[in-house]
Amino acid sequence: MNASAPLPRFNRHGVMAIYLFEMGRFRRTIWQSLATPVITTVLFLVVFGTAIGGRMGQLDGVSYGAFIVPGLIMLTMLTESLSNASFGIHLPKFTGTIYEVLSAPVSAFEIVLGYVGAAATKSVILALVIFATANIFVDIDVLHPFWMLAFMLLIAFTFCLAGFIIGVWAKAFDQLQFVPMLVVTPLTFLGGAFYSIDMLPGFWRTLSLFNPIVYLISGFRWTFYGTADVTIGVSVAMTLVFLALCLGVVWWIFRTGYRLKS
Amino acid sequence: MQNILSISSLTKTYASGLQALKPVDLEIRKGEIFALLGPNGAGKTTLISIVCGLVTPSTGTVLVDGHDIRRDFRAARAMIGLVPQELHTDMFETVWATVNFSRGLFGLGRDHAHLERVLRDLSLWDKRNDKIMTLSGGMKRRLLIAKALAHEPRLLFLDEPTAGVDVELRRDMWEMVRRLRDDGVTIILTTHYIEEAEEMADRIGVINNGELILVEEKARLMKKLGKKQLTLHLHEPLVSVPPELDGWGLALKNEGSELEYTFNATEEGTVIPKLLKRIGDLGIDFHDLNTRQSSLEEIFVDLVSARK
Repeated sequence: MNASAPLPRFNRHGVMAIYLFEMGRFRRTIWQSLATPVITTVLFLVVFGTAIGGRMGQLDGVSYGAFIVPGLIMLTMLTESLSNASFGIHLPKFTGTIYEVLSAPVSAFEIVLGYVGAAATKSVILALVIFATANIFVDIDVLHPFWMLAFMLLIAFTFCLAGFIIGVWAKAFDQLQFVPMLVVTPLTFLGGAFYSIDMLPGFWRTLSLFNPIVYLISGFRWTFYGTADVTIGVSVAMTLVFLALCLGVVWWIFRTGYRLKS
Repeated sequence: MQNILSISSLTKTYASGLQALKPVDLEIRKGEIFALLGPNGAGKTTLISIVCGLVTPSTGTVLVDGHDIRRDFRAARAMIGLVPQELHTDMFETVWATVNFSRGLFGLGRDHAHLERVLRDLSLWDKRNDKIMTLSGGMKRRLLIAKALAHEPRLLFLDEPTAGVDVELRRDMWEMVRRLRDDGVTIILTTHYIEEAEEMADRIGVINNGELILVEEKARLMKKLGKKQLTLHLHEPLVSVPPELDGWGLALKNEGSELEYTFNATEEGTVIPKLLKRIGDLGIDFHDLNTRQSSLEEIFVDLVSARK
């Protein structure tokens, strides 16, 4: 007995095995995975968009309900990307099944591609579901649909990489929620999800520019309505800087075996 | 015979300062069953984990069929199957899904026939659609073996494969290991059950405190280091060993009714007739006699305690 086929330079079967395994977990819990963010988004739209938004008039030329949709999608994408990706790699670490991945002929790049690719797919699916749900409540015309999808993919992949890092770093499950709940959610609320930072007084506006989430929400909103708090180039550049930072940390993790190998 | 695994000057010192492996050199021949014996914390799992890529060595090289485990990790790892000591499983997955996952992970496309054969060999075929959480401990152990065999490895590591397994299942596993060897798979197993090594291994390595104390053919080891005992059941009990037999190192047992002689297994065939003749000359009668060879366990305990 032997599988003596020559070894490919890229282990596509290995990547697909990890990817499909992770997507299988998503399928098994699809209702929990979709219901929570969809219900949350609907509540935000009903409360802020319809009840309060009715008195707000227009922001940047769109209704308040439509204005907050990119921010709501971003809020879900950022938190779910971090949670999904961190859980995906932390679970096999916790149960010990990671031994199989680490002893298989898969490179660090292929492992990350499998886990992060699956988590990013989930995030994009969630974002599209939320987008479709929001369309039921408010009229949304997307000005740059290609860039909206591209930005969605870039942010999903970047934050899933960050989630992967959290999942490797965390020693217990409760630490997985630390960054999404205590860092990303407040920064998203303060990052212009529900308002334009141009509405803030000078000092607070300047302070907001130190919040990296501002650039993500602003850029994403630009793909919808063509208006932004900061220019789209800066938004993309900031996202790419964060992506490069995450890639660097992941590279270091596999180079040193940090919390993966003894 | 060609070697499938070559380990040279391999060491491992953990960040805590613990030296888990002192320089280890080991050659494993293709197609053999090699048993690695050692007490808890001796370095068995560390050694296996380094070869499989789970632990980074401090120094040294490991070649799997000529492939360096670091520079040429794909080729090296593709040849290796690992059955870990702990029952690590994805409990929400089905048996069929998890063996397919293992095969894919090792870079191979789907092969229904091979996986069916593996599951049938391990009596898991009827459980293929069951979730892993519903399996018994013994079934989970067999499932880990099935996962390790899913990619048709040439070198199989079994880390304490029968720990906590009942006697019947242990016998079944031994049988399966022999079948794998007959198929040309090289097997390295670590075990606490010395009976297991005695039953199955072609060669035995003893590791203690991170040091490979010896590597020897099992039969030669038992002959070289084994002891034999001759026990004579006397007609009349003796109060003491007669002074004429002083040089033989005999001992009286069972209130003087048994005379016991311990000798090296290599002396077999030369000393016994001399001793019996001498006893006969002294008029000591016996009605029965038996001999017993020391087990591998006794050899192992002697070796390890001698190093302490």
